Amino acid sequence: MKVLTANRLADGIAVWYANGGWAETIDHADIAHDKAAEDRLEAIGAKASANNEVVDVNLIDVTVVNGAVEAVRLREKIRAAGPTTRNDLGKQARPQAARAA
Amino acid sequence: MYRYDEFDHDFVKARVAEFSDQVARRLAGEITEDQFRPLRLMNGVYLQLHAYMLRIAVPYGTLNSKQLRMLGHIARKYDKGYGHFTTRQNIQFNWPALSDIPAILADLASVEMHAIQTSGNCIRNVTADHFAGAAADEVADPRPYAEILRQWSSVHPEFSFLPRKFKIAVTGAERDRAAIQTHDIGLHLKKNAAGELGFAVYVGGGQGRTPMVAKKIRDFLPEADLLSYCTAILRVYNLYGRRDNKFKARIKILVHETGVEEITRQVEAEWQELKDAELRLPEADIRAIDAYFAPPALVDRPEGDEAVKLARLDSKSFSEWLDQNVVTHRHPDYAAVTISLKGIGETPGDASDSQMEAVADIAEKYSFDELRVSHEQNLILPHVARADLKAVYDALVDIGLATANSNLISDIISCPGLDYCALATARSIPVAQEISRRFASLERQREIGELKLKISGCINACGHHHVGHIGILGVEKKGAELYQVTLGGSADENTSVGEIIGRGFSSEEITDAIEQIVETYLGLRLDRNERFIDAYRRVGPAPFKEALYAGETKAA
Repeated sequence: MKVLTANRLADGIAVWYANGGWAETIDHADIAHDKAAEDRLEAIGAKASANNEVVDVNLIDVTVVNGAVEAVRLREKIRAAGPTTRNDLGKQARPQAARAA
Repeated sequence: MYRYDEFDHDFVKARVAEFSDQVARRLAGEITEDQFRPLRLMNGVYLQLHAYMLRIAVPYGTLNSKQLRMLGHIARKYDKGYGHFTTRQNIQFNWPALSDIPAILADLASVEMHAIQTSGNCIRNVTADHFAGAAADEVADPRPYAEILRQWSSVHPEFSFLPRKFKIAVTGAERDRAAIQTHDIGLHLKKNAAGELGFAVYVGGGQGRTPMVAKKIRDFLPEADLLSYCTAILRVYNLYGRRDNKFKARIKILVHETGVEEITRQVEAEWQELKDAELRLPEADIRAIDAYFAPPALVDRPEGDEAVKLARLDSKSFSEWLDQNVVTHRHPDYAAVTISLKGIGETPGDASDSQMEAVADIAEKYSFDELRVSHEQNLILPHVARADLKAVYDALVDIGLATANSNLISDIISCPGLDYCALATARSIPVAQEISRRFASLERQREIGELKLKISGCINACGHHHVGHIGILGVEKKGAELYQVTLGGSADENTSVGEIIGRGFSSEEITDAIEQIVETYLGLRLDRNERFIDAYRRVGPAPFKEALYAGETKAA
């Protein structure tokens, strides 16, 4: 299972592709379950990159835990939450962050 | 302190305008990321895990109060209320929006600061002994030469697209506090028999995945020849340095592959062509730059001895801080103070906006408006009257920056690691914090004595683990963090690269392993005066291996 992630161009904030837009949290990111879906996400990423919405676009491995998407690698877990040493910073600091449409 | 001249002002202003335009065009989609990336890197803007990161140059680690106050302002206004002081005497902000960076650079320019050449394959910010101009043991202040190198290397057309980044460090004392032998060029300012100033020149040091101790290629280079000789080195490197493989592109690899004798011959040959031409530094120019670094007028304050003696009797914690964080100044009534950014359990090198502002106030009031950033990620007040030490201590206590651990095991160098860095393979800050907490007792730390512990979260070695008395390297193995330990590294005048002691440790095991190493040292040292590094050099790795792994061998 993979999801599409990137950093927003203007502020660099980590975002995940969800529901036709770029969300500020990973929880409800669109999941690709097969190669065809991965290709679809990659094409979306390439377009968003070309449109200068986001930079550093990547497909990352995920699992689903209690209905929420979770990254597999520690690196991506930290991107999705914030520094493990400062729980007042990053996504973990504002769990109710509004998701971009 | 160095003050910008008209040229510097115009140059930085022009750069701010140029980069602001580039940012605007990037945000408008007129230039692609591939086109923009090298431009942003030339201006210190990286993309990290969570956001952009801005690295700001602090030339040779010297700041005034106004500048530190501005850094506090930037932390508050554009970032998340803190900054991270780095091993290259710079500061990084972890959360700036790209769209705010032009405004940040304009604010920086207003206090004669910038982010130029803090990234990219160019000559980076030149670093120097953090006690420069204050140290009792230096022959002369190394910073004027660092400034001359800065002026020469800034947007140097020939050296802006080197095979790889290039770092120069300068020290003015026999005791090397600037780790010059771990740099591409290390310069040791000294006097010859005739009393003239010049440099011992070291080339090809570096850390990263292939650590190398620099080789001395010249024992005495007259000061007038500084730029011609550095140009000769850079030319040889620019011509022969490898561009085919990023990991073999630093000058250390060229020196290693070519051999010291041959590289010395090439540099000397190149230098013969340059030495008597326009790069020869006129005496008047050197002295003019020197004048910028003229020491403050230190009035005698002989009452300091008595004041310190009384305050010591009054406060044990002040007395401990004095012993650990205060060093001798060339003027007997003064001292240089290390402000530890290594509070127990804190992030090494981090300071909050209000701490920066408070430290700026202290420097303005008690240290002739001067501050330094050390490569060990602490701040320095270079010129404090001994009579004012208690007042400075009390002010530092108020802001939580009076930890008396300079050079002790909790004075840890740590890179940002996987909590921030896009290159990292493991976290380093939490490891530093746990070790710091384990050794929280100051009494225990003082019993252990000088111990340099350095942690990197990947092979690039920003946390200087190769030259830690104890070094820790975090890697990723089978999806988990694994920490390799090296022992016997050192970054002073007897620079050495640490040796890997054995298999790595998990994040749960690493602090116990460090404690085991420390206990082993305490058990075998000759006496309290034998530092960890000296003991290790005497006995070698065997007793430490035995302590860490003996059980496993038997089990196997």
